[in-house]
Amino acid sequence: MAQTVFAPWNDPKEKPLIEFVNVTKRFGDFTAIDNLSQKIYAKEFFALLGPSGCGKTTMMRMLGGFETPTSGKILLAGQDIGAVPPNKRAVNMMFQSYALFPHISVWENIAFGLKREGMAKVKIAARVDEMLRLTRLEKFSGRKPHQISGGQRQRVALARSLAKAPKLLLLDEPLGALDKKLRQETQFELMDIQESTGTTFVIVTHDQEEAMTVASRVAVMDHGKIVQVATPDVIYEAPNSVYVADFIGDVNLIEGTAKARKTSNTTKQLAAQPIAEPEVSPKPEPSSDRKPQPNERGEWLHDKLLEPVLGKRAAVQKTVATAPISETATSVAPAPKPSDLPDGGLEIAWLDNGKPLIASNADPSLDGAKVVLALRPEKLSISTEEPDAANVLRGKVIDIAYLGNISTYYVQLETGTMVKAQIANTRRVSRRDITWEDQVWLSFRATAGVVLEQEA
Amino acid sequence: MRRAVLIAVPYLWLLALFLVPFLIVFKISLSDAAIARPPYFPQLEVSEGWSGLKEFFAELDWENYIFLGEDVLYYQAYLSSLKIALISTVLTLLVGYPIAYGMARAAPEWRPTLLMLIILPFWTSFLIRVYAWKGILSTEGLLNQLLMSLGIISDPLTILNTNTAVYIGIVYTYLPFMVLPIYSALEKMDDSLLEAAEDLGCSRFQAFWLVTFPMSRAGVFAGCFLVFIPALGEFVIPSLLGGSDTLMIGKVLYEEFFSNRDWPVASAVAVILLLILIVPIVLFQLNQQKQQEAEQ
Ligand SMILES: Nc1ncnc2c1ncn2[C@@H]1O[C@H](COP(=O)(O)OP(=O)(O)OP(=O)(O)O)[C@@H](O)[C@H]1O
Ligand SMILES: [Mg+2]
Repeated sequence: MAQTVFAPWNDPKEKPLIEFVNVTKRFGDFTAIDNLSQKIYAKEFFALLGPSGCGKTTMMRMLGGFETPTSGKILLAGQDIGAVPPNKRAVNMMFQSYALFPHISVWENIAFGLKREGMAKVKIAARVDEMLRLTRLEKFSGRKPHQISGGQRQRVALARSLAKAPKLLLLDEPLGALDKKLRQETQFELMDIQESTGTTFVIVTHDQEEAMTVASRVAVMDHGKIVQVATPDVIYEAPNSVYVADFIGDVNLIEGTAKARKTSNTTKQLAAQPIAEPEVSPKPEPSSDRKPQPNERGEWLHDKLLEPVLGKRAAVQKTVATAPISETATSVAPAPKPSDLPDGGLEIAWLDNGKPLIASNADPSLDGAKVVLALRPEKLSISTEEPDAANVLRGKVIDIAYLGNISTYYVQLETGTMVKAQIANTRRVSRRDITWEDQVWLSFRATAGVVLEQEA
Repeated sequence: MRRAVLIAVPYLWLLALFLVPFLIVFKISLSDAAIARPPYFPQLEVSEGWSGLKEFFAELDWENYIFLGEDVLYYQAYLSSLKIALISTVLTLLVGYPIAYGMARAAPEWRPTLLMLIILPFWTSFLIRVYAWKGILSTEGLLNQLLMSLGIISDPLTILNTNTAVYIGIVYTYLPFMVLPIYSALEKMDDSLLEAAEDLGCSRFQAFWLVTFPMSRAGVFAGCFLVFIPALGEFVIPSLLGGSDTLMIGKVLYEEFFSNRDWPVASAVAVILLLILIVPIVLFQLNQQKQQEAEQ
């Protein structure tokens, strides 16, 4: 437990492996990357998330040397690599389209890069066999790329890019075509490889779960800019914008006008912390494993939020003591009491009627601003009787999505707003009392949401 | 039933347009020359029945083939045809590959135009185009005039009526057959393959040799066969552009047929030419088949 958390980005003395300095990339008059600056550190597992066309591949291609920035520069270990051709960079890329050589066998594809290095034949064979074993392709080594399935091809591409054990490995949606089990296994393989070789990974993925599982940091991109870079738990719990909150996971966005609440001195510090307080175990324990293995919080996030939708993580994972969080969210009765309502933060008046919503963790300087309260569905409790809580909303159940161990209730408030609440199905029958068209109360703590400024 | 008919069509086509003519030519090659019309003997008299048929077969022999084997001229003509066809195929490849490569790498909006330019010469008669080369290559021709006016040469070059002119003619004529299959192989190639090669440590040149060229190999083979096969039996180009010492089997065939009116010997020459061509034709077929399998 004494081990330090892997967070070189917090250490001002740490030198970044990669540094984008005001990089802009234009295709004609289209700006694909817009004045982007970012540091990526050695041994990081850096994930790029973002909607299609936001410039993820373009960033990778600039790192690989296939595109040159229109302006700005990219430093690799402190050196400007603008003029270095791809074959002279200690960088390997797994292409989104795989780019396997169709005229040579799987084995030869994987050996291709090693042969160029002039490695001894025996060593090449050993390395290729190792890669084949890693990607479970032993049986296909003699086949040509067109004689194997899409998922197998993806693994060949992965094996080929891993074979040279580069300093920096760029993976453009490396696991998209794999089935869930193989994908999860490969994710852990990647993390293992990362650990044993110290390779720095930059990975593009559309799969949030993947980003959450493997990444040391996640960058959310939009229109050629990085909107937020943070560890997976911070991205999830404390998105810095409505865009990020909306992009990562499910969220209720409630618009309103903020008004500062009365503060006593003691709560000032608390108010300055914008992070939505998780209902249990609020301080992230440093994981015993070094990053980028998911820390406890990441695992918790995964298990509680993503697993119901996306399935279990691979069995490699050590079991995590079930955080009592689910209890609070699940049980109807003990809804959070307003008596423990902290001071400070904001009141959000919304749709003019009813009580304002209280967000005690919000930044009071937003006083008077148009804001959005971002509220994760699993932070809401649902009950048939009016609970005694900081924030209570009344509405009617419109729809229930049953997802196995979790159910999402779509509740329409009297004002017409739809709010999603997610409840774990710990007891089989207990939930049956809430059904379609029922009048229900939704409640959440004063610290459950994140208050964000409305985007223009 | 419908399937059987569908399969039968190409076979009937082959039978009518290839096998039957071949058998006729083969039969003539086994006959004797005669001053008659048609100029060979025996003719099959169906009216004489079984005995006529027996008589007919008794008259056929391998005499003409033995003659071809004894006269060194024919042997030399075959050999020199092979040599000329081979050299011109290599030359066509050397000229055609860069053209095809350039076309495949050109901006997509330009490719149809470039393709058009390659096919354009087919719109004029082949004979006229070969004649035009006479005007270019002759001693007072355009090429010599140009070179002399530029001061590069002082005396006109003798190109016309030499093997060089034949090579030029063949390369020019068959260039599209080389360019098109190579282009189609190169055009299909994904640019990201070259990027991947470079990413894995290849220089541009290595990437060409290890990726681009092998991937266009099927196109190169196809192009080479499409040039080599007709070039071997080429008659018009050597007779219009070649000299008296240009020995090609197509010319020999023509002379036997039309000057000597020795149909049986001419037929024997043709049959042997065909046998020689079977080898590259079969290789060509195998290549096409392999390519098709690879594309599936
Ligand atoms: N060579 C190019 N010429 C013109 N526009 C380009 C070129 N390459 C990329 N773009 C544009 O740049 C933008 C970013 O492309 P990029 O491939 O980086 O997207 P991406 O984030 O990887 O998307 P996806 O998730 O779909 O792979 C896109 O709008 C794309 O159309
Ligand atoms: Mg992409």
